[in-house]
Formats: sequence, structure tokens, C-alpha cells
Amino acid sequence: MKALRKFIDKQKPHFEKGGKFQKFHSAFDSVETLFYVPDKVTTAGSHFRDAIDMKRTMIVVFISLIPALLFGMWNIGYQHFLSLGESPDHWTMFLYGFLKMLPIIVVTYGVGLGLEIVFAQIRSHEVNEGFFVSGLLIPMIVPPETPLWQIAVAVAFAVIFGKEVFGGSGMNIVNPALTARAFLFFAYPSDMSGERVWISEMADTFSGATPLGNALVGNFDNMPSQWEMFMGFLPGSIGETSTLMILIGALILLATGIGNWRIMLSVFAGGYVMGLLFNLWGLNDYMNMDPLNHLLLGGFAFGAVFMATDPVTAAQTNKGMYIYGFLVGVIAILIRVFNPAYPEGVMLSILLMNVFAPLIDHYVIESNIKKRLKRMKAILIKN
Amino acid sequence: MSAEVKEREPLFSAKNMKLIKNPINLSNPITVQVLGICSALAVTAKLMPAIVLSISVLVVMAVSNVLISLLRNGIPPRIRIIVQLVVIASMVILVDQVLKAFVYDVSKQLSVFVGLIITNCIIMGRLEAFAMSNKPWPAFLDGIGNALGYGIILIIVAFFRELLGSGTVLDMQVIPEGFYEFGYKNNGLMILPPMALITVGVIIWVQRYYTRDLIEKN
Repeated sequence: MKALRKFIDKQKPHFEKGGKFQKFHSAFDSVETLFYVPDKVTTAGSHFRDAIDMKRTMIVVFISLIPALLFGMWNIGYQHFLSLGESPDHWTMFLYGFLKMLPIIVVTYGVGLGLEIVFAQIRSHEVNEGFFVSGLLIPMIVPPETPLWQIAVAVAFAVIFGKEVFGGSGMNIVNPALTARAFLFFAYPSDMSGERVWISEMADTFSGATPLGNALVGNFDNMPSQWEMFMGFLPGSIGETSTLMILIGALILLATGIGNWRIMLSVFAGGYVMGLLFNLWGLNDYMNMDPLNHLLLGGFAFGAVFMATDPVTAAQTNKGMYIYGFLVGVIAILIRVFNPAYPEGVMLSILLMNVFAPLIDHYVIESNIKKRLKRMKAILIKN
Repeated sequence: MSAEVKEREPLFSAKNMKLIKNPINLSNPITVQVLGICSALAVTAKLMPAIVLSISVLVVMAVSNVLISLLRNGIPPRIRIIVQLVVIASMVILVDQVLKAFVYDVSKQLSVFVGLIITNCIIMGRLEAFAMSNKPWPAFLDGIGNALGYGIILIIVAFFRELLGSGTVLDMQVIPEGFYEFGYKNNGLMILPPMALITVGVIIWVQRYYTRDLIEKN
């Protein structure tokens, strides 16, 4: 490790003002701070730098994604060999999935970080850590067979139009990872939905429909058991299937105080309540489905834990978080059951609520101001 | 009485040419004034309808600008909007009939949007802001200029949307078949209206990058 430090220190003067590589200072900076805590100190004002800066926050999120990521890799292999009717050992399955997944991750990071560095350079900012997590989220929410060039285009779109036009990380209105997915979903629907995309190199005779896809067309015959849904031995986007692994990630986020429990809780509550309401209504089989299934299937858990809680795009006030999360859950289930074109509604509901989050905050703050004014007046009249 | 002869302004004086040039860049109706966005979203999925609509708007705008300018001293201010609308509407009906007679297919594609030229905010805006208080010739140039500014943006947006969304330009295959065999696919999002809005946004971005005057100072 010391050699690395020495090497970085040796290179540093070249990238500082007046050095020959001054132009690439943001690229250098991003590499240095990836390995070491930055040595910068504030020069004005009385504030200090917390040890939990954005980079450490992002690394915790990164770690919390790893269980779902590893499971996702194994599941790619498992589903593939299941469709072929083979059952090799777990390492073979994992290796198969790993090799499927690796190019997707490499392309996402390559394109995303490349663009971030270009923009940082043009604006003479530092490269922001924001893409560190987005770059891992994007591969986890696409089907395993998504063509790499499509991922590259979607990542470029998400970074430029989801983030950089608004001023970079922290300024974006909608979640960049979901922007990338929404782009893929609408631009290349044949590679993002249907029965053929969820299992890689599937045997032709096998039905690869996800349980949600089946449910939407009224086919409940091969609905998996709740245990299978919870464990995630199902076809689907890479990281979304296993509720268990996502909950482990959620525990890490909550224990470190980085994820927000209000949002997670209210998303699940919203989904469950909507499921119950549909049960009461009960016009068809889908409406009568156990509301718990809704929470376990598809990307619901993944969206609730990793997407809806994005601190930039979610509501900021405590009350606002409850409203925001609840509506995310409600709308997701509403889209699932009612929209015949979209078997899964979590992505769309989170994007929609991202847009509404500032409005929710606005009214929460306004009502608080009014409440306090009233209290103030009451006190004044009394005296 | 003074024998002073008022010198006539030449037809293409610098001032008059400005009436044409300005709306194309500095005061472009779509990218700077953000008017007429609705039709820019609706008809730009393919290039052909965009061109036809641009020409229709050009004709309607130039002629109604001249007509209103001729009538401007006779229009009672209280009912001026109604008079303007009557003029625009009759022009639009004429254009619509011509399109139906000569380019029926395109006219079908444009469907209601030719009729909706009547409500195009750019035309009403120019009649109110310019033709009501200027002579016919400058009014004519102003109409042409604004219609060109509108049409250029429409055509640029439509070009990219058709190229990326359908792989064609004017319904001719441009992207080679070989690409598709390699796995290239047309971008379905380009055909949907949101992408038109984003394309307009990109044009504004590029325009502002090159025209520093447009950037607000604060």
C-alpha cells in the first residue's frame, strides 16, 4: 500500500496547476481519492470535513449491493442451466453468470465514468462519486441478455440528460440509474420485456416469462411459492429477484444510517395497502393475489431499498418521505395490475414520484410554517 | 408646406433584412421564445410531414401578416383578436384544401395539425406584436422570417427523429442493412413525443453555446 501512496504522491505535481497534465487533474483526483481519504482541508469559514464524506457513503451503498449482485450472478447461471434441463454445480452456475455480468459492468463504468470525467474537465469540477453507485445499479436492473451497445447508449443518455444537464451529481431530478433503464425500456422494448429476455441463452422450448408477466395475462398455474419468491430463484432483471439478499443490503444501509428507513417502510406499506385494496375489490384473479406476493415479486424490494431511497431525488422532509414512499408503493402496484403493457411498474412509479418529491416537500414545509404561525398567534393573543 | 421628400427605404435595407434574420437565430420562435412547441412535438416523427407543415405555416403566416397589416387601420381594437382569427382561419382552410388536393397522403398524416395552425401561438403573436403596427412589406418579411425560424427547428428535429427512430430520411433507408445484422436497432423512444422535447432541448443547448448573447446575465 505504501508503494501506491508513494507512486501517487510522485505523480501529483504533474497534475497540479502548472504541471504538464493539468488538463487531466480531475481524472487523477478521482483515482487518488478512490484509494485514500482526501487530504484537503477547508481554508475559510468554521466548518470541518466529516470522515463520512460522499465517497464513504457511496462505498457503503456499494457494499450493501454486493449480496444481491453475487446472488444475481449465480441466478443467471441457475436460470440458464435450468432452462436447458441441466444441473451443474454452483460454481459453474456462478462462473457462467459472472462472465455474463462482467462485460455489462465494464461497459457501464467505462461509458459513465468517461463522460463524468469529460464533463468535470469542461466545467473544471472534481469528478463526483455519484456514478460509483449508479454504475453498479444499472447492470443490476437490466435483463442479462441486454446488448452491450444498448447499455452504452442508455448510460450515456442517463449521465448526460439525467444528470449533467442539471449540473451533475446532487442536482439531478430523477434517479440516473432508473433513467437509463427507462431509456432502454422505451427505446428497445423487444430487448427489455416479453418472455425471451430474462434468461440468457434460453432453450427454445422453455417459457421464460416472469411471474409478473404471467400474472398480467391471467396465468396463475405456475406461480412460484412465496419461499421461492423470497429467495429469488426466478427469472428477472439481474439484481432484483432475491428479496432476501436485498433485505441484507437494506440492513447494512439502515445499520450505518445511510439508507432512510422512513422511505423503505412507507414504500412497502404503500404496496401492501394497495394490494389489500385490490383484494377487497377483487374483480379478477390478479386483484385477488396475496398482497405479500406483490412485495416479493419483480423489482419491488430492489426499488424500495436502493432506488426510492436515493437521497438526491427522494423527498427531504420527514413527513414528505412518508408520503413519497407510500405513493411509490401504491402507484407501482396500480401500474402492475391495471396497465396491460407494463408487467412491472416500480421503475415508472419511482420516476414519477421523483418528479413530485420537491412539490411534496414544498407543501410539507408550507404547512409547517402555517402551523407555527398559528401557534405563535395563539401565544400572542393569550399574553 | 415643406417640400421635403421623404426618402423611401430600400426594400432590402439592413433593417428589413433583420426582420428575416433575427427570428432564425436570436429570437427564434421555438428555441428562444418557446412558442409553437406543441406542433414541434406532434409532427416531427418523420421529416416529410415536418417539411409540409413548415411550408404551410410559412404561407399562412406571410399572407395573414400582410392582410392584417393592410387592414390594421380599419380594425377596431376591441375586436382585433376576432378579426385576426378570421384571417388566419380562412388562410388555414385554403392551405388545408390545397394539401388535400395535391399531397393527400401527407395531409392525412398531418391530420388535425394543419387545422391547428390556427391556434399556433407564433402566428397570433406576430400578428399582435408586429403586423398590427407595421406596414405590409416589413410585416411580410417578419412573417417569412418567423416561419423560417420555426420551420428550421422543426426540420432539424424531424431529421434526427426519423434518422434515429426509423433509420430513414424522407422514407428512404439511410442506415445500411448491415448494421441491423450486427444487432443495431432503431430507437423506439425517438418516435415518442418526449424525445422531441429533449431534441429541442439539445438544439437550445447547442444554440446557446454558440450564441453567447442568449445567455442570461445574473
